[in-house]
Amino acid sequence: MSLRFVEGFKFTKIESPIHKLDPRSKFILTVGLFSTALMFTNLYVLFTVFLLQIPLILISKTTHRWLRSMKAGVWLGVFIFGMNLIFHTPLVLSIAFAVRLFAIMSAFSFFFMTTSADDLGLALDQIHVPYSISFTFTTAVRLVPTMAVDAQTVVDAQRSRGLELDKGNLTKRVRNYIPILIPLIISAIRRSVELAEALESRAFGATEHRTAIVTLKMHLADYVTIIGTILGLGLAIYVYFRVPLPTVIIPIQVPEINL
Amino acid sequence: MSAISARNLSFTYAGASTPSMDKISLSIEKGEFVILTGPSGCGKTTFCRCLNGLIPNFYSGKLLGELFVADVNVSDKTTAELSKHVGFVFQNPENQLFSLSVERDVAFGLENLGIPREEALDRVRWAMKSTGIEELREKAPYELSGGQQQRAAIAGVLAMKPSIIVLDEPTSFLDPRSAEEIVKVIADLNREYRLTTILVEHRLDIVSRYANRVIIMDDGKVVLDGTPSETYGEQARLIGIGLPKVTTLFHMLRRDGIPLRTNPITVEQASEELSKVLQQ
Amino acid sequence: MISVNNVNFRYPGASSDALTNVNLQIQNGEFVAIMGENGAGKTTLVKMFNGLLKPRAGSVSVDRVDTQDKSVAQLSRDVGLIFQNPDHQLFAETVSEELSFSLRNFGFDEEVIKRRVRNISTALDLERYLDSSPFILSGGERKRVALAAVLAWDPKHIIMDEPTIGQDYLQKDRLRNFIVQLISQGKTIVIVTHDVEFVAECKPRIVLLSKGTVIADDTASKILTDVEMLTKASLVRPQIAELMHQLPALGENPGIIDAYAAREFLIPRLRKADQTIESG
Repeated sequence: MSLRFVEGFKFTKIESPIHKLDPRSKFILTVGLFSTALMFTNLYVLFTVFLLQIPLILISKTTHRWLRSMKAGVWLGVFIFGMNLIFHTPLVLSIAFAVRLFAIMSAFSFFFMTTSADDLGLALDQIHVPYSISFTFTTAVRLVPTMAVDAQTVVDAQRSRGLELDKGNLTKRVRNYIPILIPLIISAIRRSVELAEALESRAFGATEHRTAIVTLKMHLADYVTIIGTILGLGLAIYVYFRVPLPTVIIPIQVPEINL
Repeated sequence: MSAISARNLSFTYAGASTPSMDKISLSIEKGEFVILTGPSGCGKTTFCRCLNGLIPNFYSGKLLGELFVADVNVSDKTTAELSKHVGFVFQNPENQLFSLSVERDVAFGLENLGIPREEALDRVRWAMKSTGIEELREKAPYELSGGQQQRAAIAGVLAMKPSIIVLDEPTSFLDPRSAEEIVKVIADLNREYRLTTILVEHRLDIVSRYANRVIIMDDGKVVLDGTPSETYGEQARLIGIGLPKVTTLFHMLRRDGIPLRTNPITVEQASEELSKVLQQ
Repeated sequence: MISVNNVNFRYPGASSDALTNVNLQIQNGEFVAIMGENGAGKTTLVKMFNGLLKPRAGSVSVDRVDTQDKSVAQLSRDVGLIFQNPDHQLFAETVSEELSFSLRNFGFDEEVIKRRVRNISTALDLERYLDSSPFILSGGERKRVALAAVLAWDPKHIIMDEPTIGQDYLQKDRLRNFIVQLISQGKTIVIVTHDVEFVAECKPRIVLLSKGTVIADDTASKILTDVEMLTKASLVRPQIAELMHQLPALGENPGIIDAYAAREFLIPRLRKADQTIESG
């Protein structure tokens, strides 16, 4: 299993109406989907929440990578399904929990694929999160691919010195990661020092009142998205309290697994 | 008044037993293009760090002596304050680009200083134009080549309108062609805006033609200080400075008894004199 | 012998090939420099020599064994790859531990390990640091430790990825002498570099890569005087080659790229031109 599923959460610059949306409205949409998924355990509703996202994924032209992250999520889904069954959760509910996972994963995958870390940082700034926090966040995101390359280089360098990561018993294997972790940590520290030096030299923290040359502006599409989400959430809450939902019946008897 | 004036400047890093920089006294005038070079560990980076306050604010240790930069006494000034006078460009382009678009990166320092939006945008446009990266404004730093990244870093520093710019081995990670291009950008900026330039470099073959002055340090002290022609002599060679190959060639020819008059630092200077001699 | 046959390679997720139809044969004991612009595929290519990367099409074999059939650890026994940044491999508490690491991985006897560590640290002037932490050493010293760590197990073929970046002239000189020593011991040396002046002085065979293909494979003299080829690979002519080119009065010259050869070539011609010089 590779780290490919991470690509389902990585931002790429694509021309799509979704990418153009303000991160704040997208986030509200994501939270709306997430909350609805959490509220319900009904399989029909959860499935609907999941399916609702598909047109969004299609419009944002991120289908391929979304599929990849869903594929990788299958393992986690099976695990949740299995664990629930073992602890005597009814079959339908076990499936529902797995579907809920996909609905939530999908919502966040959609958000992160269509929102750049920079825009996220800007959004945080504009809702008055302290700059040091939003900057830390955007820098961390920016550094992830860089550190991934570093990690690969360290693994390569140590393998070239005869280190075999796939051999030996558990203790040996864990110990074999020390020559990987230490250079990684040291590299990260050196990098942070260099970054800090450069930040100081560009007057980071000089004043409390930073200017922002780029600001996010909400457009019609954003307001539509927000209002749509609020209405959707309203509907969901109404249904939750007022509408009796049909349940899925699966005529399979799951044998009791007593641990 | 000089752009940079140092008197008996010494610094010992915390935990070190000997000073990295020992009683440096020198003065650099506005608009000069100075190459600062010397063997590894000679103190050149230490000196540069004093210019924008990284020493002693970021690197702790004992700092003695006096240093004036753009008529400002650097003692008890923060790096942020000094950044308005001294811009610093580092070796590794990756670790001095902060934003996900070149334009925002160039504006970074201005945003930090709280420069009003309109003025900031003007300066950003000017800085990108001066470094030739206007078409790259929307690109993310990781999409750029090493040379382009360094240009972006220079633009980001330039936008803050310092009167002095310090560049610490900016060509280290660049291939020869990109290195030549970036040094030309630096030289153009120095000439056009009378930007006092301190360039720390080992690759003297590329940079010598633009400098009016070379300061060679060894073991924490300044040992040679003059024009490139004046300083690229036997003493420099013995210290272990990598002189331009044409300079070394002329040294050897002179030792063999060929009466050559110039001490060339560029291929053009060398070929000029050799042509004359060969045509006799 | 390292044999690369019609190799194609693409990184997963990349839009184009990193290497296209690369063919290369390196005999035992040869000294080869792989040069080209950043991103040309140089590092990708050498990672195939010890199996870190396996070709998508074509084959790479070392001493007649296909790299597909062996693990990286097995191949590394004969092919030592020294990475550019020593900080990507230093991890041990002492330099001595660092040097012993690979020897333990390869299953050497403790007695043999002690002896080899002693010998290699002497050869690279690192004895006094054996009990020190590698992290407190200077940049140049750390690079030497990384080099020693690979040489400790005495591989037949040694590959250095950008060994001259960030080094001053003295360090490069020492490296050059060390390479000469290794070659005299019969080792195959492959360096990945874009340092034209360094290569001009040690004159290896040069393989020029550009955009993933081999565009030239010839002696240093031929390649470093071919401006067209060099430009394609984002390289420049060494100063001496440039100088010779600017002296048409000399007529054809046999590919002179370093100062010593230039001096040998010029002295008789300069003396003939200037009759007042005594010979000798």
